[in-house]
Amino acid sequence: MSAHGNTQEHTQALHFVPASEFKQRTTEAVADEHLRKSFRGAMDFLMAKRAAQFPDPAALEAQRGLAEHIRKYSLARLPELLEQLERKLTANGVQVHWAENGEEANAIIIGIAQKHSAKLMVKGKSMVSEETELNHAMEAAGIAALESDMGEYIVQLDGEKPSHIIMPAIHKTKQQIARLFAEKVPGASYTESVDELIGIGRAVLREKFMSAEIGLSGVNFAVAETGTLCLVENEGNGRMCTTVPDVHVAITGIEKVVERLEHVVPLYGLLTRSATGQAITTYFNLISGPRKPGEKDGPKEVHLVLLDNGRTQAYADEQMRATLHCIRCGACMNHCPVYTRIGGHAYGTTYPGPIGEIISPHMMGLAATHALPTASSLCGACGEVCPVKIPIPDLLIRLRGEATHDARPGHAPLVGQGAAKSALMDAVWAGWAALYTRPRLYRAFGWLATRFRFLTPPVQSGWTVSRTPLKPAARSLRDLLAERRKKTS
Amino acid sequence: MNARDNILQRLRAAPQGKTVVAPDVSGFYAAVRSAAPAEDRAACIERFCERMAFWRGEVVRVTRGNWAETLRALCLAKGVSSLLYGAQTAHAATLEGAGIKGLKPYDRPVDEWKLELFRDTDAGFTSTRGGIAETGTLIVWPDEKEPRLMSLVPPIHFALFDADQLYDTLFDAMAAQDWSGGMPTNALLISGPSKTADIQVTLAYGAHGPKELIILLLVGEEEL
Repeated sequence: MSAHGNTQEHTQALHFVPASEFKQRTTEAVADEHLRKSFRGAMDFLMAKRAAQFPDPAALEAQRGLAEHIRKYSLARLPELLEQLERKLTANGVQVHWAENGEEANAIIIGIAQKHSAKLMVKGKSMVSEETELNHAMEAAGIAALESDMGEYIVQLDGEKPSHIIMPAIHKTKQQIARLFAEKVPGASYTESVDELIGIGRAVLREKFMSAEIGLSGVNFAVAETGTLCLVENEGNGRMCTTVPDVHVAITGIEKVVERLEHVVPLYGLLTRSATGQAITTYFNLISGPRKPGEKDGPKEVHLVLLDNGRTQAYADEQMRATLHCIRCGACMNHCPVYTRIGGHAYGTTYPGPIGEIISPHMMGLAATHALPTASSLCGACGEVCPVKIPIPDLLIRLRGEATHDARPGHAPLVGQGAAKSALMDAVWAGWAALYTRPRLYRAFGWLATRFRFLTPPVQSGWTVSRTPLKPAARSLRDLLAERRKKTS
Repeated sequence: MNARDNILQRLRAAPQGKTVVAPDVSGFYAAVRSAAPAEDRAACIERFCERMAFWRGEVVRVTRGNWAETLRALCLAKGVSSLLYGAQTAHAATLEGAGIKGLKPYDRPVDEWKLELFRDTDAGFTSTRGGIAETGTLIVWPDEKEPRLMSLVPPIHFALFDADQLYDTLFDAMAAQDWSGGMPTNALLISGPSKTADIQVTLAYGAHGPKELIILLLVGEEEL
């Protein structure tokens, strides 16, 4: 038990930082020079790599159009496709489980692990398992859960959470990783050579792949017509986790299903190009069942856990349903000026950046997350690069609204609906509306404001932190125009 | 009510919205193809080789007559002392007759020799089901004769690939080989050796899988 011997103390640090303290953390993040340099460099790199993959804007538009169409079509038929997927997988020998929330999903996976008396579970990259805080639950049940994606392995070793959905350890320098390995991996000496560092991780994890009873993975696409789970990766740890241990458990959100195998082709092509600027990943792993009689390797059992966790809330609203188009490429993060400056940890959610701002409220409720949709300048870059055309800026505005008012007639309230309502703000807007809809009152207000402008306070709360104070003009535009008309006539 | 019924019920209770017609994926790729300039076999093979080289896959052109001898020489040059292969495959006899040292058949369930596979196997040799020129990709469908781990665990993966099975795109390969008609328990696309850029976006090879991928590309004498 070398690499994860001290997981007990990790579990405390692994807890989500509350999303409600978002503003305070952003201030800290922006002041961290190293962090900003790491993210700036990495995001510039990823943006350039992506751009190089799409030299022809018209061709890109056509691909995005097709991908959006496929996602819309899949979601329109979601309940039928989930049933078809379940039928097909079951026929292929895969056991399908359903979970309404993270706790249920974790209980199902712990149940499977206990049935096999498992002591160690190796994990391929799975953001959904981060969402359910599976590692924490497994450790509590006495089963070690070891991340095997290099980036995830590094952040787990340091008791952290991923800061980017595709590049989990992007916030760390190689010197930090060198120190971490020298400290926590028995027998490893300090080296700043990236090849040697990867070699250390490889050696540790190969031993774990051999001894683990269970392998866990996420799913990039689930194909209903053939009952196939598709996994995208470069490292080969996903293949290890899904092939070497006797039991493979895959976990995914219910929105990942598509009807036909051919629907995967354009989505996969856009996923890798948008994510890391690669035309294809090293491995595309299509799993349609456990080891058949006569086969010499592969898991003897395969399970799929289908998780809701707030996704049906997004689905219930025709506009917000587009949130579920997401194929988790991370391009919206890479192009977000806010994400680039504050990094992934500041959000305090599994999914950071623009996609996190519109999906987290459904998973965690608006009470904890209402500040997230405000972390955007609405520049629109996220929506422009999204390979499945999610109108992210529109959804940010929509959620800002939902956080400040009750549910509109005909709409079911979201979890945490109206959590950011403020009596003061409501009163200000009511006053503003009263003033601007009554001409006499408005003129009287203008007369007073221009005469008594010397009374405006020089310090105006947040506004004057980095701006000059607001002060009414000496004369109103209406007065100036009236004067000019008099002069000319 | 269980989780399954609750989830499905919530999905069914949601507003239907406008009907979405089925996307025409095959029409999309047909249009892309008709807009692209025509390409002959030689150019297509060249494109595959270039893309595969970009992923750091090593492509060696061979013929039906000399591939096993070429493999023997490569194993010698790379110091391979044990080469895993499938003894029930069509190419096994040729392989066995080539005088390669340390030929090791994958002839029993992995559970019986996992340690040896992980620690004492230098290279694996597999056939392939095809390749994709657009992305420089091999199609590998493991089965009982050539199990899944042969192309994953040994540090070197040799893959025999017949240029007659080269397709332009993944879509073409799927359609021509009728994948949706029946998928194997595991199917793979492989584009180069295992890699990662998780430490400071610096590319490193041999993350968890093979450190080297060597493709023996079967072509005609005149295409060498």
